[in-house]
Amino acid sequence: MANKFVEWIDARIPMTKTWNIHLAEYPAPKNFNFWYLFGVLAMLVLVNQILTGVWLTMNYVPSAEGAFASVEYIMRDVEYGWLLRYMHSTGASAFFVVVYLHMFRGMLYGSYQKPRELLWLFGMFIFLVLMAEAFMGYLLPWGQMSYWGAQVIISLFGAIPVIGDDLTLWIRGDYVISGATLNRFFALHVIALPLVLVILVFLHIIALHEVGSNNPDGVPIKKPKGSVPDEEKPKFKFHERFTKKYDIVDAIPFYPYYIVKDLIGIGIFLFLFCYVIFFMPEMGGFFLEPPNFEPANPLKTPEHIAPVWYFTPFYAILRAVPDKLFGVILMFASIVLLALLPWLDRGRVRSIRYRSVLHKLNLAVFSVSFLILGYLGTQPATPTATLFAQIFTFLYFAFFVLLFFYSKREKTKPVPERVTS
Amino acid sequence: MKKLLIALATLIPSLVFAAGPTVPLDEAEVDLHDKASLQRGAQLFMNYCLGCHSLEYARYNRMFEDLGIPEEVGQKNLQFTGEKPGDLITINMSPDKAGAWFGNPPPDLTNVARVRGPDWIYTYLRAFYRDDSRPFGVNNTVFPNVGMPHVLQELQGLPEKTYEERRIDGEMQKVYVGLKTDGKGRLTESEYDQAMLDLTSFLVYMGEPMKLEQRRMGWFVFGFLLVFTILAWLLKREFWKDLK
Repeated sequence: MANKFVEWIDARIPMTKTWNIHLAEYPAPKNFNFWYLFGVLAMLVLVNQILTGVWLTMNYVPSAEGAFASVEYIMRDVEYGWLLRYMHSTGASAFFVVVYLHMFRGMLYGSYQKPRELLWLFGMFIFLVLMAEAFMGYLLPWGQMSYWGAQVIISLFGAIPVIGDDLTLWIRGDYVISGATLNRFFALHVIALPLVLVILVFLHIIALHEVGSNNPDGVPIKKPKGSVPDEEKPKFKFHERFTKKYDIVDAIPFYPYYIVKDLIGIGIFLFLFCYVIFFMPEMGGFFLEPPNFEPANPLKTPEHIAPVWYFTPFYAILRAVPDKLFGVILMFASIVLLALLPWLDRGRVRSIRYRSVLHKLNLAVFSVSFLILGYLGTQPATPTATLFAQIFTFLYFAFFVLLFFYSKREKTKPVPERVTS
Repeated sequence: MKKLLIALATLIPSLVFAAGPTVPLDEAEVDLHDKASLQRGAQLFMNYCLGCHSLEYARYNRMFEDLGIPEEVGQKNLQFTGEKPGDLITINMSPDKAGAWFGNPPPDLTNVARVRGPDWIYTYLRAFYRDDSRPFGVNNTVFPNVGMPHVLQELQGLPEKTYEERRIDGEMQKVYVGLKTDGKGRLTESEYDQAMLDLTSFLVYMGEPMKLEQRRMGWFVFGFLLVFTILAWLLKREFWKDLK
C-alpha cells in the first residue's frame, strides 16, 4: 500500500530520487568533525526564525503608534507570547553565532577554494541578506535602540557623494525614521528578505551537492574513474550521479550516519540556546539591549548608541576611520574581501592542517582581530579605543593582502592521498 | 607584540568602566518568590506612584493573580478609580500638562526595571536629599536634577547630605559621607529600606511578569533535552557500529 503510494508519487515528481541524491545516497566524507555541525544548525535556526516569526506577526502591529505596545502585548497577554518572542530574539543572535562559526570553518579548511567558489559566494549573499534581515527586524520593537540604531546605520548612506541625501530619504521614506520606515522594514523583514534567504539557502545546498562536501583534510574524495580497486571502495551504495564519473572513496551516506550524529550536536546546541531563552534572554544586554525596553523617542538621543553585537566588528571598522565616506567604504570592503577569498587565496592546499606556519599565524591574527573589533564596537569611541580599532582594522585587512602574496609560493606540508581518520 | 599586550591589558579595564553610573549603587536583593514583599510593593506603588506613573502595558487582574491577591481584595485595596480588573494600569494625567509641571512627563514604569536595573531603582528611591535650589526642594544623588519631588517624604523624612571633617594630605577637609534623614518620617531607616526593596521587587516583577514561569519551564525543557541528547547519542552509536 505504502509502496504503491510512493510509486504513484515517484511517477509524477522525483521524490525518492531527490531523497537519495541529497540524503540517503549522498557521499559525505567520513572525517567530518565538530566544525561541520554549524551548517545544519544554521538551517535549524532558520526554521526557528520562520516559525516563531509567523506567530509573532499574528499579534504584532506594524505602526509607530502601536508597535512597542504590541510587543509588550505579546510578552504579557498572548499565551506563551514571551516564549515566541525570546525564541525569535535569541534565534537572531544564535543565527549569527552559527553562521560566523560556519564561515570560519570554511576558512580553516579552504572550503571556498576551487571548485567551491560559487558555493562560497552564495554563502556570502546569505550573510549579506541575513544582516539586512536582522537590521530591519531590530527596528520592529520600536524601542530607543531600534530607533537610534537605525538612524545611525541609515545615515551612513548619506556619506555617499551626490546621491547620499536622496538615498537616505528614499530608504527611510521620510526625513527622519518614522512610521513609514517601520512599515517598509516590516514588509521587507517578513516577506521579501526571508523569501530571498530561503532561495539562497536552496541554491547554497544545490551548489554544495553539485561539487561535493569538502572535509578537514581538504583532500577530494572523488578519484578518477577506475583508479580505485574495488576492495578500497566504501561498501555503501551512492547515487549514480556521483559514481558515474568518479570513484568515491572514504565516504558514508549522509543519511542516516550524519543525520544521527547531527542530532547529538543539535541537542547540545539546544541546551545553550534554551539556557538563554529561559534564564537570560537579554544575555547581559548583548541580545536585547536595556534601552530598547523604552519606547522610541525621536527627541531623546540615548547617551551611547551601540549596534547589536553581531554588527560590532564592522561598526568598529567604520568608526576607526575619521572620514565618514572612507569609513563606509572600508566597512563594505571588509565584507567584499571575504567574498573574494576564493581568488585572493592562490594556494593549492586547502586545509589549515597542511598549510604553512605563516598562514596559520595569519588566520589566527585575523580571527583575534575580528573578535577584538567586535568588542571595541560595543564600547564608546574614546581616543584609546579608536586607536586600537585602527590597529585591528589594519590587521583585519592585512590578512587578505598577505594571503594574496604568500599563497602563490607557500611552503606547505605534504598532503595525503586520502583523508585521515 | 609584548608592548601591545601590555597596552591591551591596561586598556580593557578602562573601557569596561568608562561608562556607568557616577554613584555606587546598592545591591537590591530581589526575591520574586516572596509574594508578601511583592504585595507590599504593589501597595506602595498604587498609593504613592500611580498618581503620576502608569504601568500601561500591564493589567490589574494579571497582577492580582501573579501576586496571589484575590480579585475582590485587589479591587477594593489597589484599584482606586473604578477600572475593571481586566484593564491596563493607566493614569489620567495628561502628558502635556505633566510636562509643564515637572519639566518632562513622568515615564511609564512597566519596564523600568529592565531599562535601569533593580539596583538603580533601589538606590534611586533612597537617594533624595534636601536641595533648596530645586523647584520641589529636593534633589537626587543617583539622578541629579530629577524633576520628581520626594513623594515618599512622609515615610522617610527629608534626608540631608552629611559631611565629615577629615585630614587629607595634612589638611582638614569636608568629605561627603552620605545622606542622613531628619527622622520625621513614619518609618525607621531600616523599615524604609525594606519598603523600597519591596517596591523595587514589585517593579522587577512588572518588567517580566513571566519570569518564574519561564524558569520553571526552562528546567522541564532541560529535562527533555537531556533525554533527547542521550537517545540521539545511543542512536548514533548504534548506527555507527556499521562503520567499524
